[in-house]
Amino acid sequence: MKWLRANLFSSWPSALATLAILGLAGRLLPPFLDWAVVDAVWRAADPRACREAHGACWAFIAEKHRFILFGTYPFEQQWRPALATALLILLWVFSSLKKSWNWRLPAVWAAGLAAIGVLMWGGVLGLPYVENERWGGLILTLILATFGIATAFPLSILLALGRRSAMPAVRWISVAYIELIRGVPLISLLFMASVMLPLFLPSGVTMDKLLRAQVAMILFAAAYLAEVVRGGLQSVARHQEETADALGLSWWNRMRLVILPQALRAAIPPLVNTFIGFFKDTSLVVIIGLFDLLSTVKVSLQDPAWSGYGVEAYLFVSAVYFVFCNAMSRYSRGLERGPAHGAQPRLLGES
Amino acid sequence: MAALAFALGYLYCNAVQNLEARRIASGFAFLWREAGFEISETTFHAFSAADSYLHALAAGLANTFRVAVSGIVFATVLGTLLGLARLSPNWLLARLAAAYVELVRNVPLLVQLFFWYTVISDSLPAPAAALQPLPDVFLSNRGIFFPLPGDAPVLAGFNFTGGASLTPEFAALLIGLVTYTAAFIAEIVRAGILSVPRGQVEAARSLGLGERGTLRFVVLPLALRLIVPPMTSQYLNLAKNSSLAVAIGYPDLVSIANTTMNQTGQSIEGIAVIMGVFLTISLSISALMNGYNRRVALKGMAR
Repeated sequence: MKWLRANLFSSWPSALATLAILGLAGRLLPPFLDWAVVDAVWRAADPRACREAHGACWAFIAEKHRFILFGTYPFEQQWRPALATALLILLWVFSSLKKSWNWRLPAVWAAGLAAIGVLMWGGVLGLPYVENERWGGLILTLILATFGIATAFPLSILLALGRRSAMPAVRWISVAYIELIRGVPLISLLFMASVMLPLFLPSGVTMDKLLRAQVAMILFAAAYLAEVVRGGLQSVARHQEETADALGLSWWNRMRLVILPQALRAAIPPLVNTFIGFFKDTSLVVIIGLFDLLSTVKVSLQDPAWSGYGVEAYLFVSAVYFVFCNAMSRYSRGLERGPAHGAQPRLLGES
Repeated sequence: MAALAFALGYLYCNAVQNLEARRIASGFAFLWREAGFEISETTFHAFSAADSYLHALAAGLANTFRVAVSGIVFATVLGTLLGLARLSPNWLLARLAAAYVELVRNVPLLVQLFFWYTVISDSLPAPAAALQPLPDVFLSNRGIFFPLPGDAPVLAGFNFTGGASLTPEFAALLIGLVTYTAAFIAEIVRAGILSVPRGQVEAARSLGLGERGTLRFVVLPLALRLIVPPMTSQYLNLAKNSSLAVAIGYPDLVSIANTTMNQTGQSIEGIAVIMGVFLTISLSISALMNGYNRRVALKGMAR
């Protein structure tokens, strides 16, 4: 009662706002619940069951879930992308633990990615070969995001260091690259990769669509990550570099042993936020015709027997993206709140 | 350096060879040729298929501006309200705003655009049975209709005439861009206001400034310094995100450049146009906001 008065009815405007929200909820929630739960069709072998009902047709998702999650991957082999998806998620969870931030991490990633490659392509260990034109769904989204970040990250460190370089040519090239990429929409880079890149390759050499899109995503992510890394570099006190210099460390060793470990650690929360943005941006490949998660949903909607359930379908994809992005943003907030400063003095000893 | 120059030269030679092999004449001469396609909606001037590609791209640019400018205005208003709501002493209001921000920020904009487009074009009724949330405002699968002073929309045949209207494509794009960007703006506004030290507010109150005076002369000037730079990048993001119009069929610059590239094969030029225009927009918005930032910055702190 006391809580109610303090938090909901502390003043006249506050009381009015509370009543308005409750009134609105009273009018909007029951029809929504009727649609989404009470009148909804959860399982139906026949689309007609959905046509007759007034509620949501979740049976559409149940019917199409294999295609939405795995695209056109051969049906009886779909345990392979399922396993690869689980493996990739495990890799991410493993890397998010502070305990695993050491030299073993790159090795674990190399092994994990190799295993995923074997699973997806096959051709060895008795697994039939599946060309990557047939990859699709959730695993394609995860692969685009993972390989994109894994490749763009080292590139972005070079760009960020380049932007602070004492050599004017290196500095200007880095600045021009970063500003150019950040100034144009991702979709123009994807168009570039899908229609312009083939023009720049020698005749006879072709690159498949997935690789071209991946290259565009990497070039895009590198520019944004470079700015985050630069922010981290700026947070490292100037005397750190001067001290390292005075100790006679070479430029590479100064960066590798002193500056970067501190800069990157400071930049982890904004880096995770950039990862979230990048993960969401992978959905744009639908525009150039790749079969990512959003694309498989759009294709499912074209089945005439099940057409007209777009709202259900997009709510489902939203939920999938939300689960991934929300996990990442919770993690990043946890890091920001965590005992970051307490851990700071141990930093140099560790690395 | 030499390696970079060599690589660029190599790519250039490849491109020249490939263009020759495909019989594509490079250069911007195609801009003056007849476009031969119609544009479903234009902003200021009429466009017909007999007009040139240049004309078509200009119409696309006008459409981009229309959605970007109105998007920025509405997103700022909605975002500021949401940011204030998150700081409200009312628990329900604050939690509702927080849930909104969390939900909208964690779903890709493109998914949200498809969602809104489906809601408008599939789930809304036909004009004859249009929803009427307010007098003379009609929501239908043919678009949103609202009255202008002295001119209300009237159902005539299969659609409305009179008043003003938003096509389903424009409405979906605008709603998507505004609701998405507002979530980010809300966080910026909240952080800006939270950054004002409590002591500043208390000092202002003890000097005898009222609630409004405190906000006007103390809180806002201090908060704006922190709000303006990230706000600029949100405006830029909104302008760049408006290019997703191509996915739901709103004829913005990118979608018309895309059609042009498909028809003429002039992909290098088409992409150069898109990139040139967006770079110009980005650089001008940053220049404008930098100027504004210098004005709101503390005297002697301007950089």
